[in-house]
Amino acid sequence: MRDVAAIGVGMTKWGELWDKSLRTIFVETALLAIDDAGVDRIDSMVVGCMSSGLFVGQEHLGSMLADYLGRIPIPAARVESACSSGGLALRQGFIEVASGISDIVLVAGVEKMTDVTGCEATYALGTAADQEYEGYHGLTFPGLYAMMALAHMHAYGTTREQLARVAVKNHDNGSKNPLAQFPFKVTVDAVVNSALVADPLRILDCSPITDGAAAVVLCPADMAKKMKKPAVRITGSGQATDTIALSSRQDITWLESTHLAARKALAMAGRKIEDLHLFEVHDCFTIAEIMITEALGIAERGRGGRAVEEGLTSLKGKFPVNPSGGLKAKGHPVGATGVAQAVEVIKQLRGEAGERQVKGAKRGLTQNMGGTGGSSVVHVFEAE
Amino acid sequence: MPTPSRYWREIPQRYRLEAVKCKGCGYVCFPPRIICPRCGSREFEKTRLAGSGKLLTYTIIRVAPHRFEDQVPYAVGIAELDDGVRLTAQVVDCDFSELAVGMRVSIEFRRIYEEGEAGVIYYGYKFVPE
Repeated sequence: MRDVAAIGVGMTKWGELWDKSLRTIFVETALLAIDDAGVDRIDSMVVGCMSSGLFVGQEHLGSMLADYLGRIPIPAARVESACSSGGLALRQGFIEVASGISDIVLVAGVEKMTDVTGCEATYALGTAADQEYEGYHGLTFPGLYAMMALAHMHAYGTTREQLARVAVKNHDNGSKNPLAQFPFKVTVDAVVNSALVADPLRILDCSPITDGAAAVVLCPADMAKKMKKPAVRITGSGQATDTIALSSRQDITWLESTHLAARKALAMAGRKIEDLHLFEVHDCFTIAEIMITEALGIAERGRGGRAVEEGLTSLKGKFPVNPSGGLKAKGHPVGATGVAQAVEVIKQLRGEAGERQVKGAKRGLTQNMGGTGGSSVVHVFEAE
Repeated sequence: MPTPSRYWREIPQRYRLEAVKCKGCGYVCFPPRIICPRCGSREFEKTRLAGSGKLLTYTIIRVAPHRFEDQVPYAVGIAELDDGVRLTAQVVDCDFSELAVGMRVSIEFRRIYEEGEAGVIYYGYKFVPE
């Protein structure tokens, strides 16, 4: 297996981009990554997208996006693993370069969510759950995470305020990210008094509906040394699955797929969680970040709520989690999220993160999750 | 709108709570499966879910998918039945203030939603307080 490096990143401002189509958002972002890498060729591309079929009525994305990027006839694949489609695209690109099948691979994630109404978007997102045995009964994604939150509160005494602290922290970080959809701060009061979506979760516990894309260019580490930007190596990649029905889990307060994916990625990198300087994780809902910090080993089981309350995961804490603002403030164009996490970690390791820079960051981790944890993808990045 | 076959093929489990019990390890699969996720056995015997259990967690849905918009707000929960199977369903016939983790519930056959005035009426199970 060859060592793999990331040599270029691209991301544009996220939000409700009514004047831009899926293909336009993708091409603008991909070109930024290609220009950042300074490469004149792409051997292959992998695109993560959860549901272009339901959101814009378009499948066959690999070919369409290769065409609009002016790269026909390169091989192009679209991969899907619900909200972890982007993380999975990165893993597939990593495998393609590591295996020697391709040298320069463009990995991108894209989602165009505002071409449908909020109701239709809720339905499309709901297809990541078990349609026949969860969706059939009127469950929504906020509803599933709300049930995880209540179970966690009941089992461990996690408080309503601790959930709010995740949103407050991530909006603090996001206020320093000019590409974030919601780059402003919120208070605990605002979160706990915002409208209920699925008790106990409120609107400010939820990540938003977003249009956006993100892209990374990968190549063999040897080749990366000759490129214009400092290379960041991907030293670990792990993925794991779990039941997609929440009710089938042995413990609904625990994310086993994240735990296993992280263990595999860290073992590949030969690192421990304490060796890492920043973490971009899948805070689709505030409770998710609390459970992820536990599954990664940043906090002890059941103490993820206290970890955020005590500042362990804040920008200047021991384990900075979501310096980009996370899904909560940066936005969550589902298929793009996993790639955007990589973009943030790479920028941080290059020292290009501006106001939200984690000082001296040399190693970072991304954790991207599908559904309620039915799939998880974890990567470890290290500065050369 | 899906064809009716998508609905009627799930009727044995939705109407009659039919499940299968693994002959290898005794694990009860609901809905029925072809291979046991616990031990890998492919041999099962038919069984029927226990009719009651206790609520493990729940939520009150206030923003619903369009099919359920006319039912908002409504409660959904996961219950562990007395045979160990965990099931997701709406919790009805009680005030939201009565909902509690550990509350005993039983399963009843109810209407889930309707597909417009001329469409299929979807039925299934819901939880009610015991």
